[in-house]
Amino acid sequence: MGLALKTWQDQSSRENFPVLNQRVHGKPLVYLDNAATTQKPQMVLDAMNQFYQADNSNIHRGVHELSERSTKHYEDARVKIQHFLNAADWREIVFVRGATEGINLVAYTYGRRHVHAGDEIVISAMEHHSNIVPWQILCEEKQAILRVAPINDRGELLLDKLEELLGPRTKLVSVVHVSNALGTINPVAEIARIAHRRGVPVFIDGAQAVAHMKVDVQQLDCDFYALSGHKMFGPTGIGVLYGKAALLDKMPPYQGGGDMIRSVTFAKTTYNELPYKFEAGTPNIAGTIGLGAAVDYINGIGLDRIEAYERDLLAYATGQLERIPGLRLIGTAREKAGVLSFVLEGVHPHDVGTVLDREGVAVRTGHHCAQPVLEWFGVPATTRASLAFYNTRQDIDALVAGIYKVKELFG
Amino acid sequence: MLQDLYQEVILDHSKRPRNFHQMDDATRHVEGYNPLCGDKLKLFVKLDGETVQDISFVGAGCAISTASASLMTESVKGKSRQEAVQMMERFHDLLTSEKPPAPNLGKLAVFSGVREFPARVKCATLAWHTLKSALAGASEVVSTE
Repeated sequence: MGLALKTWQDQSSRENFPVLNQRVHGKPLVYLDNAATTQKPQMVLDAMNQFYQADNSNIHRGVHELSERSTKHYEDARVKIQHFLNAADWREIVFVRGATEGINLVAYTYGRRHVHAGDEIVISAMEHHSNIVPWQILCEEKQAILRVAPINDRGELLLDKLEELLGPRTKLVSVVHVSNALGTINPVAEIARIAHRRGVPVFIDGAQAVAHMKVDVQQLDCDFYALSGHKMFGPTGIGVLYGKAALLDKMPPYQGGGDMIRSVTFAKTTYNELPYKFEAGTPNIAGTIGLGAAVDYINGIGLDRIEAYERDLLAYATGQLERIPGLRLIGTAREKAGVLSFVLEGVHPHDVGTVLDREGVAVRTGHHCAQPVLEWFGVPATTRASLAFYNTRQDIDALVAGIYKVKELFG
Repeated sequence: MLQDLYQEVILDHSKRPRNFHQMDDATRHVEGYNPLCGDKLKLFVKLDGETVQDISFVGAGCAISTASASLMTESVKGKSRQEAVQMMERFHDLLTSEKPPAPNLGKLAVFSGVREFPARVKCATLAWHTLKSALAGASEVVSTE
């Protein structure tokens, strides 16, 4: 790792993320729960404050100055996201509450229209509950079948098995880009190719990917892609569903209300064009503007720099953790993002989490809303440390020291 | 303080839980489940009239939930159903209220430190929720949620 990179990184964390500059239980905070949510840079907080302090107004309807400003900021954020994902058209960017709502939107609209009794939806064994339950609800309603592509001991998706599951009744493949519980990076472009050979559209849950690697939806050639703003240094309650315009156009609306209509009479309502057809009601305007600022922030650093830095940090952390006797990493895929899920022999993850917390180290413990994959690994819960670019080797050292404290207490 | 939570007695019971076995002739058998952390326990109770003649459990959980289940079985074994319910209430007060601990908690008083760790209260109460349901006559899965 070059010196310049380190300096950039140190400054980013010290100066740009107010939350990180605090002590917890008397110790400097070491925030390693980035897969749950990331911290927000000052720039994002300022953008949202600025909106409420100077521009607050509803969008798309007022003729007054404030409304025009709000509308412009809101729509600028959409274009920022379009470029961030390299979508072909801004109309393919639909604002939702988060990746979960993006998945539900597609399940309720595309799914309800195209999935019928006996049809099949294919997911993977490493999905978050948010990419399992909406499809289960749909399948139950339609008497359709949910098929699950298996993984290997490293937590890698078995592509040949996935391919075998695809058949004439398959209506959709929906897989996670980066697993929140294991860190596995799935070869989603390859999955899209496999599915498209059979004419099956592909949904990618990108919640854990977009803050850590460059995503180009045209290159991936996925049909849908969902993300959550708060996992990419933006605010909570805002996310994005990307969909190819040709597909979105043919889908029925998700929710009815204001802004999603062209004209309403009691006899008949015609719907607005993309993307507004899917954005009923006053949206999360401040959140959207905050998300736009988060995109600017990420672009200011550069995702290639973030990716290289995090890869180095992950390798360091993996090496340090593997040296701890009795520690077993869950998820050791060859293509992996900065997630370190582990179990410690003889100590329950909740106890690990409590001891680490007292050392100022914030990690997640539990099943990470991915119960099926943990069951596959034969553990009810893990401790998970997840990285962002503002983490340092010192953070990893604090984690390792904390784990030795756990071992001392429970030894 | 971490040492207030993980007192010696708790660590001891978590590593060597007492009454930790299945019971073939149990009159009640209830599963407890904490969906937040995935902790599961099976509680076996043998009631003789109004008396908890025998009680045991199996399952996997954190140190707090395992020790709590273990100490609970020691505390209520041989007690009447009513005494067990009263103990449950005193234990719950110990974890959640500002009142000074009841004087007759016995070994259960070691859980007084849990109050300072709100995220862990459910770990300590899982076994007791399960017992409550067993004593009420249900055979079911009890969830802390």
